[in-house]
Amino acid sequence: MSVSWRKGCVMSRHGTPGVRQSVLKERDPAWASEFEAMMEAYEKAGGRAEVLQGGRVGSAVISANQVLAVNQVDGVSIDAEEQEHGVRARITVAPGTKTEHPVHLCFGVVGEEGLQEIVSEFEIGEGADVGFLAHCTFPNAVRLRHVMDARVHVGANATMRYREAHYHGSEGGMEVLPTTYAVVEEGGRLETEFNLTEGRVGRMAIKFEVDVAARGVVELTAKAYGSGDDDIRVDEVVRLNGAGARGLIRTRAAVRDGAKSEVYTTMEGNAATAMGHMDCTEIVRGGAEARNVPVVVVRHDQARVTHEAAIGSVGKEELETLMARGLSEDEAVDIIIRGMLRG
Amino acid sequence: MDRALLEVRKVSVRRPGAEVLRNVDLTVGRGEIHALLGLNGSGKTSLALTLMGAAGYEPEEGRIWLDGEDITELSVTERARKGLTLAWQAPARFEGIPVADYLALGMDEPTLDRIEEALEAVALAPRAYLGRSVDSGLSGGERKRIELAAVHAMRPRLAILDEPDSGIDVLCLEDVISLVRRMADEGTSVLLITHRDEMTSVADKASLMCAGSVVSSGTPDQVRDYFARRCRPHADLLGSQPWGEGAGGAYERVVAEGVCDE
Repeated sequence: MSVSWRKGCVMSRHGTPGVRQSVLKERDPAWASEFEAMMEAYEKAGGRAEVLQGGRVGSAVISANQVLAVNQVDGVSIDAEEQEHGVRARITVAPGTKTEHPVHLCFGVVGEEGLQEIVSEFEIGEGADVGFLAHCTFPNAVRLRHVMDARVHVGANATMRYREAHYHGSEGGMEVLPTTYAVVEEGGRLETEFNLTEGRVGRMAIKFEVDVAARGVVELTAKAYGSGDDDIRVDEVVRLNGAGARGLIRTRAAVRDGAKSEVYTTMEGNAATAMGHMDCTEIVRGGAEARNVPVVVVRHDQARVTHEAAIGSVGKEELETLMARGLSEDEAVDIIIRGMLRG
Repeated sequence: MDRALLEVRKVSVRRPGAEVLRNVDLTVGRGEIHALLGLNGSGKTSLALTLMGAAGYEPEEGRIWLDGEDITELSVTERARKGLTLAWQAPARFEGIPVADYLALGMDEPTLDRIEEALEAVALAPRAYLGRSVDSGLSGGERKRIELAAVHAMRPRLAILDEPDSGIDVLCLEDVISLVRRMADEGTSVLLITHRDEMTSVADKASLMCAGSVVSSGTPDQVRDYFARRCRPHADLLGSQPWGEGAGGAYERVVAEGVCDE
């Protein structure tokens, strides 16, 4: 089933425009109940349901393989097609569009088991400026897999900011496998932030590759907090192919118990005055393990790429400074980690 | 006569390669501002860390009492909960912790009014700082002021301020002096570690440290006089920090050759 919605409509898949939950409950109790469950899950992931239902911001709500609601705003088109195990979505932002509020996306599965595959394409037109706020929520995951395959094209002088927060519940039975390939055209800008800092991680493997043209800018941030036997892996590659292109890869991870965090990042400086930097901080507690493997490649004598990494325990001075305010060691570590993941 | 708030008796601390404190005696009274003076490397910061219970600064000998209670074996947290705290000389940075939250950490009942008041007391405009992170985005001077504000907001019984004037320009020295006075007026005793004469003007008492020991205590004038008449910096130590690499040797020479003429 292919569904496409127009501006300003909050709709069910049965095509009832502009109606609120209470009315929908009467017309389609199954849909309303799924929607309500997703909104509850959305809030657990840090989202604000009233914004999603407000009708003033662009949004899409996808539960398992159902497109529950879409709201479009001027210049932002969201086409979604339900698949056997997920949804295929194409999001197009018209050239020159500047959205006042970020487009809100909600993906998730309310049940305990299953597979959700999201295939998405983002086309950001020349000179556009758009933000996305995505919440991926799997609050009851016991044996669930979420696969995302995204293609992103940021047009010349366009800006795309994409922030994604996850919530996987407390069981650790989640697998999250997002793969993204992006192209940033001349003068374009792409900023992404992936956040998985509440609840358990389960297994997470992020892959992100991006090619950046002249004067383009890319900033990739990933943050995760693992416990139990959680397994975090980040693979990111930034190729600065055009003159004056700039890149930043920033990773913040904390692991405790028997959790594992592996961060593999590559930054290539392939053109004159291209500048890149990789910055990784991982905090290890108990029997956890952290690894950072930065790869620096420079193919032009006027390019420059740097990296810095700090892996290990919380610094003694930071710890004792907070303990001198009366916090216990565990409280101090928790505040330092949460600050690092928030910062 | 009231019992002293802090009493330190015969405290010695050894760090790898050197004895950094030797038979230290110190008394700080209630509501007192006590200046702790001494050259670089004389042991002032080591004493501050020992009093706070920092790891690696456990006394080999001697005892420390806070309000009559022996705190020698207590952790940093336990000492803080009993009303002792320290403003570090080079305060740590914290990514992602807003100034407002940082100040609230040590307060029993944090309120925005009290947090704003603490920032104003160190001449920082609350509106400009409340939401900023206590990270590398702050200058050294700003970070020092926020540390002082955090200690002030905590309303401790005894605040150890380790060189609160360093990294703060001379024009703003009066702000720091006012803050120290205000803390004392509000009932906090202050152990004020400083190099600057201007800072000692605020103190009720003073002690002089040399080569890991307290060699003189009295009024600030008495201690300044003692320093002027009887102490001479060792040539090898001028411009150096004995606790750095190879410090052990330098320290031993100071003791052997008598930097302070006792």
